[in-house]
Amino acid sequence: MSDKYDVVVIGSGPAGYVAAIRAAQLGLKTACIEKWQNDEGKGVNGGTCLNVGCIPSKALLDSSYKYHEAKEDLGIHGISTKGVAMDIPAMLARKNKIINQLTGGIAGLFKANGVTALYGTGKLLAGKKVELTANDGTVSVIEAGNVILASGSLPIDIPVAKVDGDLIVDSTGALEIGEVPKRLGVIGAGVIGLELGSVWNRLGSEVVLLEAMEDFLAIMDKAVAKESKKIFTKQGLDIRLGARVTGTEIVKGAVEVTFMTADGSEHKETFDKLIVCVGRRAFTDGLLADDSGVQLDERGTVFVNDQCATNVAGVYAIGDLVRGPMLAHKGSEEGVMVAEIIAGHKAQMNYDIVPNVIYTHPEVASVGQTEEQIKAAGEPYNVGVFPFAASGRAMAANDTDGMVKIIAHADTDRILGCHIVGPSAADLVQQVAIAMEFGSSAEDLGMTVFGHPTLSETVHEAALAVNGAAIHIANRKRR
Amino acid sequence: MAIEIKAPTYPESVQEGTLATWHKNVGDQVSRDELIVDIETDKVVLEVVAPASGTLTEILKQQDDIVVSNEVIARIEEGAAAAPTASAPAAKEEADIQVAEALVNPAAKKLADERGIDLSQVAGTGKGGRITKEDVVNFTPAAAPAPTAAPAVAAEEAMPAGERVERRVAMTRMRTRIAERLLDVTQTTASLTTFNEVDMSALMGLRKQYQDEFTKTHNGTRLGFMGFFVKAAVEALKRFPLVNASIDGTDIVYHGFQDIGVAVSTDRGLVVPVLRNAENMSIATVENSIGDYAGKARDGKLSIEEMTGGTFTITNGGVYGSLLSTPIINPPQTAILGMHSIQQRPVAVNGQVEIRPMMYLALSYDHRLIDGKEAVQFLVAIKQLIEDPAKILLEI
Repeated sequence: MSDKYDVVVIGSGPAGYVAAIRAAQLGLKTACIEKWQNDEGKGVNGGTCLNVGCIPSKALLDSSYKYHEAKEDLGIHGISTKGVAMDIPAMLARKNKIINQLTGGIAGLFKANGVTALYGTGKLLAGKKVELTANDGTVSVIEAGNVILASGSLPIDIPVAKVDGDLIVDSTGALEIGEVPKRLGVIGAGVIGLELGSVWNRLGSEVVLLEAMEDFLAIMDKAVAKESKKIFTKQGLDIRLGARVTGTEIVKGAVEVTFMTADGSEHKETFDKLIVCVGRRAFTDGLLADDSGVQLDERGTVFVNDQCATNVAGVYAIGDLVRGPMLAHKGSEEGVMVAEIIAGHKAQMNYDIVPNVIYTHPEVASVGQTEEQIKAAGEPYNVGVFPFAASGRAMAANDTDGMVKIIAHADTDRILGCHIVGPSAADLVQQVAIAMEFGSSAEDLGMTVFGHPTLSETVHEAALAVNGAAIHIANRKRR
Repeated sequence: MAIEIKAPTYPESVQEGTLATWHKNVGDQVSRDELIVDIETDKVVLEVVAPASGTLTEILKQQDDIVVSNEVIARIEEGAAAAPTASAPAAKEEADIQVAEALVNPAAKKLADERGIDLSQVAGTGKGGRITKEDVVNFTPAAAPAPTAAPAVAAEEAMPAGERVERRVAMTRMRTRIAERLLDVTQTTASLTTFNEVDMSALMGLRKQYQDEFTKTHNGTRLGFMGFFVKAAVEALKRFPLVNASIDGTDIVYHGFQDIGVAVSTDRGLVVPVLRNAENMSIATVENSIGDYAGKARDGKLSIEEMTGGTFTITNGGVYGSLLSTPIINPPQTAILGMHSIQQRPVAVNGQVEIRPMMYLALSYDHRLIDGKEAVQFLVAIKQLIEDPAKILLEI
């Protein structure tokens, strides 16, 4: 039996489910295929983000932060705490509850919008047909007017530290660790490594992060990366740069990691648990039939143009499956763009203004270009920086680490980038992202009235500082 | 009540203008002092505003039509339109104003107000056509008015797809006029050029020594070379009054004042704003005025009065790298001084070879009036005054 849909989406992560919902809202007959099954064998939507990524990690980050704060940081407020303890199973149970709520929520949204939810593995055949292998084994072929590939990504496995799910885990496994490891090793000091490392560090682990790159958070603005490293190191994260892991060995119920440093010397460290988070790769296994016609590029991602169209007419690909930062919201907006294009609208996502966030505490967030990128392009620029230490609101909250940095073009004053490490960095960066969408200059932000006392004011002051007009710090002399 | 909209009274030297751009259509609401049409003359673009609020009922002149001084070009019906729609147009106008204001970023509006830029002329590149601060920063008044834009576009589309590409674009009115005048000068004057060179080291030394004090005393005005050259020219013109005179028919008109024109290059062509009574101006005033004129010229805001007259002109090709040139006289003047780039050259000084910052000077003159001897001596006087600036002060 062959069903026909206007749009068939393969994958119901943040890219896929958003594309499906938007397509249905625009009147297209839509089906969304999902192969993820939960522990009970039930098909669940939401992909990596909801099940083993963004959401669970944020739940654990908040739980662990509250534990740490209760244990260490309330004294200054005059609050004495004793006997603060963390019940790990309870923490994990809360996380799982949230996941269930959200995945159920997506199923509900599908129903409300008329999206046909299908559970099984989807494979693109030639001629825009999709082969569905349901979880019970039955195979059927679906005809589609358009197909949106959204099968996401998987953690990269490295041969020198093969994940065994027990002592050596990937990010998925790291969200299920049942007791606090005494010594935790993390290979990769990127976003995921820092977040997961933070969780267990707060809960009492000695955490060592092994980063192969010489620079910390190499793609971030250097000034903010430097400040972030200082803060995390102060928190107790032992970050080793230029540390390339060459091998791992299970020795007496622990993991012995061998790594080389930049000077060529070899080191060994032993950990009770090792998390491998060195990046993710597009997940195309079993997605495309040999004759589907869709091309991959040399890195194994699906090749698409600016509107996420593949080389096959009527077939699109979005999210972690294609080029660009592997961010849930980027996938979601691509999903909206593609659904609207299929419905006949003119749609183009703005890839230049995509915020990205590291959910440590303080958060690290950025949008737009780094100072290094602007300098390399030869454009003249001005920088405004405002430290949270100068913010009354931050002081009242006893949360003063970090700074806001805004970069604007020297001639036109157009805001080119914003980089923040500090409390609520994600929400503050979003404000600047909105301003940038409207072509705002630093002066425009400076002319906007900000409430007092808020953390947002740090954005206001940094924008004023770009042009030497900050009120609450001494302005730097202009070169 | 019907009101006539007329072209403004043109100055004496301007016979006619061309209707450049209508900013309003028949039936549009206009408010008092709102810009409704541009008229282009040889020298400037004149902006015509509505004398009263009302509805534009009739347009009598179309784009590209010739418009003479005070000619009626349109009619406005004063006040609102017919009674039933009285409130609607007013509301629409208000809504239009609100919409227009909403589509300008705050800092953009501020900057436009500060620079006197008309936001209706700025193209908005922000979301939904918003005008950003960047748009205002980058704004230059339209280089070629609408009449030429149309033929240029048509010409572009007609470009043959092939190897040898040609493009035919109609001359702007200003360019046509400049072409006419220059040809006229070449054909009706006996124009020759005499050269000399000047050692700039004394002047450069003077400038270096007093720059800071000058800038501080004169509110930020910087000390350039033009101030000195203008004063030197004034002094030399006093000694050689023929160079400051003009020919009118068969008469020689000697001017008892020195109005020095300073040539400024703009996108539309060369314009020569005039420093009136330069003989009474201090160096600071000269520098200030030149700075003002240059800014206005670039913004297209020089008035006709500012560009008429002049008894002598100074042009400086040096800023573009010219070493030596033969400037063309600016009629009805009889001479023009050309300054050029300063080059470090070996020269003989008291029998020794020294490297000095040298500038070639050129004086083009109308030989019908000025003999070679006068021209040469005039230029030598300029040279001596510049090489020893004290002579300007001492009038020797």
